[in-house]
Amino acid sequence: MSETLLETFDLVKNFPLRRGLFGQHRLNLLAVDRVSLQLDQSETLGLVGESGSGKSTLALTIMRLYEPSSGQVRFAGQQIVGLDESKMLPVRRQMQMIFQDPFAALDPRLTVGQSISEPLDIHGIGAPAERAAAAQQLLERVGLSRNVIGRYPNEFSGGQQQRIGIARALALRPRLMICDEPVSALDVSVQAQILNLLRDLQDEFKLAYLFISHNIAITAFMSHRIGVMYLGRLVEIAPSRQIVTTPRHPYTQALVAAVPEPDPALQKSERPVRGDIPSPIDRPSGCSFRTRCPLAQAICAEQEPELRLVASNQYAACHFA
Amino acid sequence: MPNPLLEVKGLRTQFGAGIAAVHAVSDVSFTVDEGSVLGVVGESRSGKSVTALSIMRLIEVPGRITAGEVVLHNNGHTADLLTLPPAKMEQIRGNQISMIFQDPMTSLNPVLTIGYQIMEPLRIHRGMSSSEAQRYATDLLDRVGIPEARRRLKDFPHQFSGGMRQRVMIAIAVACKPKLLIADEPTTALDVTIQAQILDLLGEIKDELGTSIIIITHDLGVIAQLADRVAVMYGGMIAETGPVAEIFAQPQHPYTQALVASIPRLHAWPERLATIEGAPPQAVGGIVGCPFEPRCAYRIGRCAQERPPLLDITPGHASACWVAQAGGLPHV
Repeated sequence: MSETLLETFDLVKNFPLRRGLFGQHRLNLLAVDRVSLQLDQSETLGLVGESGSGKSTLALTIMRLYEPSSGQVRFAGQQIVGLDESKMLPVRRQMQMIFQDPFAALDPRLTVGQSISEPLDIHGIGAPAERAAAAQQLLERVGLSRNVIGRYPNEFSGGQQQRIGIARALALRPRLMICDEPVSALDVSVQAQILNLLRDLQDEFKLAYLFISHNIAITAFMSHRIGVMYLGRLVEIAPSRQIVTTPRHPYTQALVAAVPEPDPALQKSERPVRGDIPSPIDRPSGCSFRTRCPLAQAICAEQEPELRLVASNQYAACHFA
Repeated sequence: MPNPLLEVKGLRTQFGAGIAAVHAVSDVSFTVDEGSVLGVVGESRSGKSVTALSIMRLIEVPGRITAGEVVLHNNGHTADLLTLPPAKMEQIRGNQISMIFQDPMTSLNPVLTIGYQIMEPLRIHRGMSSSEAQRYATDLLDRVGIPEARRRLKDFPHQFSGGMRQRVMIAIAVACKPKLLIADEPTTALDVTIQAQILDLLGEIKDELGTSIIIITHDLGVIAQLADRVAVMYGGMIAETGPVAEIFAQPQHPYTQALVASIPRLHAWPERLATIEGAPPQAVGGIVGCPFEPRCAYRIGRCAQERPPLLDITPGHASACWVAQAGGLPHV
């Protein structure tokens, strides 16, 4: 296996809130709670979880677009929490991001060529003519014609806009690409094109992906390993096939069972979870999943389970896993 | 043989007029049987939501229904909903046919309590007194799985979670025991564990009340879980329709074949996904031939010139594809 590109240690992101007419109630929204993970070069780590699970906040905190409240992030061997902006700039070059809504992520007043070469301008890479040539090459690489370079984002379909977003993210030759729900806003018949493209680019550019999605089937197709988040905690992490075939945490089991499989011949699985996800500002004591868990016992309210090895390469945070 | 409840015949709905007109729905026909679930699957702009709104006669200017019939069978009476006077249609809506939408927050009135909003149709359509309506509303909320139903009647929509709001919408929709419930992407805005709960609830409503359901979605997984029959829409037309098992196992339209092959599955591990090149049509106007022709791997000369009719390939399983009708579509 290749070397580690990204590591987090007990990473925490916490948003203090004030409630009440005069802001007299101080509350804490613990969006990311002591997450430790690592990602190798050319590897894809999928992050799944429902809304409010903290997966997007985790990604933004890793990139320091949110300042971590505590914990560490190590990128390519370098500790990056606390680096000042001038030292952070060369690190940022190596981490890029693509988003759910590609149109919102592109500046509507810039041509496609300008959007793709803008990162090169910002980092002062190459002469203007070289930047334009680079933009054309990137366009072709993501499956668009180099002739579209002077057109504007609104002239493209959603799938094409996402290709442009990918070309822009690739311009700086990053080592890590964070993909936050990159196909959720696209038509089903277009999703497969983008997923295949991302897999091809990974091989070609030796990219590591942090792939965030609420769709486990898509994440399993894309990822080598998958981490499952619930209310800010990483509750299970394991190789993709292992986590969908033999999930060990009751929440992962529920998540896998809840996926409506596109096959009417499959028996509908039992639905082991009832109820809603609690609010992240009012998290249950002990294990945060215990209020919905079919296995919950007294110990779950008292003691928070740590992530521990439960099978080969498989870690789960459950007293009973 | 099941009895038909709703027959849509040759429905056309367009927005605008003349050469700029967008034919959102062109010549759509299907039947929903009593006590069965029809799944309508399609991507954005396939015409699936406009079809639903046309059935309810909720198309607003500049849109209009230009042709077709929507025949509702009810205890031996039949009526074409498209020709009913508005007052009669008002009695059908919410009473015999009701509808739920993707985002329950926009369908609920934020300044009225949930209790008021459930009880209103009961008083209007069923002529219940306040106390009767309240008792019935409590039962309904209880039935759709809302804890402490009686107390929660006094709550406002923002006090409910997304999944709970969709349960409230379902309670309102089934309050008058409609014959038909139209659910337009009812679980798209919900998390996957909550989606599973809502799909289970819809299945229970069908079984217990005998309500027929039209479920509209882009998600083939939702279709596979809930539908008895499926209509696949593309570019304002029905590409294929048939029993759910056949649609997945022996799809008879190149679009359905490609769509079924392109979705990642939890327990299949391909190196690459099958893809459909190109993108769905942006606006559907002036298409003479088959709308899928530009993206189709099996297209022949006539596909761009002549629109294929929807014809049975096997009994009860129809495809609007010249190649399939000639027996030339390979099985996947």
